[in-house]
Amino acid sequence: MLSRVADSLYWMSRYLERAENTVRQLDVTLSLMLDTGEVDLKARWQRMIAALGKPVGMDWNGSIESMSKSLVYDSLSPASVIYCLNGARENARQVREEISTEMWQRLNRLYHQMHSLHTQSQFTANTSDQLASVIDGIYLFKGTTDTSMIHGQGWQFIRLGRYLERAYSTATLLEVYQPDLFEAPSSESAGHLYLELVGLLRCCTSFEAYCQVYTADLSPDRILEFLLLNRDFPHAIHYCVDGAHQAIEGIQQTGGRRPPEELKAGIGKLSAMLRYTSISEIITGDTAGFLHTIREQCLRIHELIYRYYVHYSIQSALAV
Amino acid sequence: MSTGHSVELDSLFGDYPLDQAFDEMRQGSGDVRAQYRALAETLASLPPDELQRRKQSADLSFLTQGITFTVYGREEGTERIFPYDLLPRIVTAEEWDRIERGLTQRITALNLFLRDVYSDGKILNDRIIPRELVYSCKHYRRPMRGLQVPRNVYIAVVGSDLLRLNNGEFVVLEDNLRVPSGVSYMLTNRRVMKRTFPALFQSYGVRPIEHYPQVLLATLRSLAPEGRPEPNIVLLTPGVFNSAYFEHTYLARQMGIDLVEGRDLVTHDNIVYMRTTDGLKRVDVIYRRVDDDFSDPLIFRPDSSLGCAGLFNAYRAGNVTVANAFGTGLADDKAVYAYVPRMVRYYLNEDPILPNVETFLLSEEKDRRHVLSNLDKLVVKAVGESGGYGMLIGPHSTARQREEFARQIEANPRNYIAQPTLDFSRAPCLIGDRLEPRHVDLRPYILFGDKVNIVPGGLTRVALEKGSLVVNSSQGGGSKDTWVLE
Repeated sequence: MLSRVADSLYWMSRYLERAENTVRQLDVTLSLMLDTGEVDLKARWQRMIAALGKPVGMDWNGSIESMSKSLVYDSLSPASVIYCLNGARENARQVREEISTEMWQRLNRLYHQMHSLHTQSQFTANTSDQLASVIDGIYLFKGTTDTSMIHGQGWQFIRLGRYLERAYSTATLLEVYQPDLFEAPSSESAGHLYLELVGLLRCCTSFEAYCQVYTADLSPDRILEFLLLNRDFPHAIHYCVDGAHQAIEGIQQTGGRRPPEELKAGIGKLSAMLRYTSISEIITGDTAGFLHTIREQCLRIHELIYRYYVHYSIQSALAV
Repeated sequence: MSTGHSVELDSLFGDYPLDQAFDEMRQGSGDVRAQYRALAETLASLPPDELQRRKQSADLSFLTQGITFTVYGREEGTERIFPYDLLPRIVTAEEWDRIERGLTQRITALNLFLRDVYSDGKILNDRIIPRELVYSCKHYRRPMRGLQVPRNVYIAVVGSDLLRLNNGEFVVLEDNLRVPSGVSYMLTNRRVMKRTFPALFQSYGVRPIEHYPQVLLATLRSLAPEGRPEPNIVLLTPGVFNSAYFEHTYLARQMGIDLVEGRDLVTHDNIVYMRTTDGLKRVDVIYRRVDDDFSDPLIFRPDSSLGCAGLFNAYRAGNVTVANAFGTGLADDKAVYAYVPRMVRYYLNEDPILPNVETFLLSEEKDRRHVLSNLDKLVVKAVGESGGYGMLIGPHSTARQREEFARQIEANPRNYIAQPTLDFSRAPCLIGDRLEPRHVDLRPYILFGDKVNIVPGGLTRVALEKGSLVVNSSQGGGSKDTWVLE
């Protein structure tokens, strides 16, 4: 597969995952704002922005309607949903011959829906419906991807992008939320605390899955355990890292040159760290540091992917 | 319906004008031509809204498929669907037979001409074509001199533009020998048409065109360098900002080959490679959709990054085939065009089956005087341009535009030709809720590998603006599906 094509598929997938994450966090934050707890509107907004990686230009300005709208529709801000979807479509457009017609049409429909001025003008009245329909569009695209495309190297790059982005953004989310979880002010009422915890789980669409494993008995350490270490739930970091690991193995199997030892070691190390560390070690140790390490290792893996598959030097390739 | 008319049809036609221009659907008497009768009956039998509904559904299908093109000179990134007219243009078997024989003859002669001019130059020595005319051509490529082209095929992919004159005869307006585009619209139009009028389509017995990508692939494969039994064939595109990008992706996908950009290619020891996730992979055949000028900065324009440095040397070494060859634009120069009938006689010793449009060469004193005093009646074209740019349409021009062109002609007569303003044929189009006649041309696509292959039909382009003679998509043209009958 052409390196440029692999690069585009990888980024198409990352952008979509990012858009989905942003929509979900915004949706949860807006609904938490309906219940005024200890945490005020501004603090909630700033926390969400921090969990999205502190994009510039998204600081609290007092108007939740205009802030939300720009987080969704401001195509000049790299943090916005529409920016991510434009990026995904532009990448897809450059590899139009690699993805299936069904995938392209699905993504194109989502793109035109986002760019409809009518839809944009109805945002404040229909916020929740519109956010849900973006998520639906992305889900449909993912389903179409899995059913209409050859599960070869291109598909593996799509998976790789999806899982790395998800692992990274979930780690960021937990890093931002974890101080609040463990140092909740004692004055916070039980009801509000419960809502906070549900909100965190819903940011990762994991409330129902959590309940199946632990019942509705919500506790911060169990939530952390679930979102970090669960191996069966697709939004848990461990699952994502394993998914990325499998994708890299899949890429290697369909390729057949230069076994990237460094890359295998990088992802294997991260997977092993998640597998053999217990939640009590994480909580009693440096929780923030642990989460930070996950993010750093994700970045390192991203760099290695680029070095091996995309930006390799011609001399090194000719020498083989 | 012996007279081909019904009350419904009359209301659909309304005050549909008929004059001396050939109408594809109706004879001078107003009767519907035999091959259009079943179509007319179907249209007349549809409820009024039904046609609109089908049109909207077809438009939507183009938009979601992303079958859009970019318009230059407008706001960056303006994507529009290529306007599509619902009614097919129908060509009978006899008409097509003549077109097919005529184009095969013409392309064979043009290819022989290119080979001759880039090697011995017999036609120049025999003074059939003036030497200065060839050497002063903007698209003449000196580095091609004496270069052995695989199988002597210079023009593997051609799109020639045909017009039908008042007497019903087809003539060739121009040959596109560089990177002709539009074939993806031909293919997608057909797909949409089959969905829009399934029963009608079936009843007509239309010759299929869907195998075009397969024939193109076979053509490219037949031109692969010797000793490469499993050639790696790629399509080279200028990239996502090119107006024909949709077509490049479409063809690459339909052929199952990689779509590459210049930045994906590297050359080493006169071999072209593409960068893949598995390392460098050798490239054997390049279906090139990048103009000569932008193909190799070492030989052509040094400021272009769309091509691949070293490509031309690899080509010269015979390690890679590039289709079409470089320098083919020489033979679609509008002044060289005037000599094509002479080429046919010279190389093939046959009379041309498809005639040319009468053409005045402004480099000739006598022609120039005639043209300059009749600018308001003629069409003047710059010889090296395409896409409807650099044109003066006399009857639709202002005195100021004519003065401007006269000045340019005097300054550089070799750069212009003139032709009579053609009254070419019109076909009915759905405009609003009525049928109105619009000018149409026909661009069949000719493939030349082991032999000449033409899929029956081509792209019928429509000048959608009332009275307009310009059919180019970049200038507000649209298209129709073209049915060649069994």
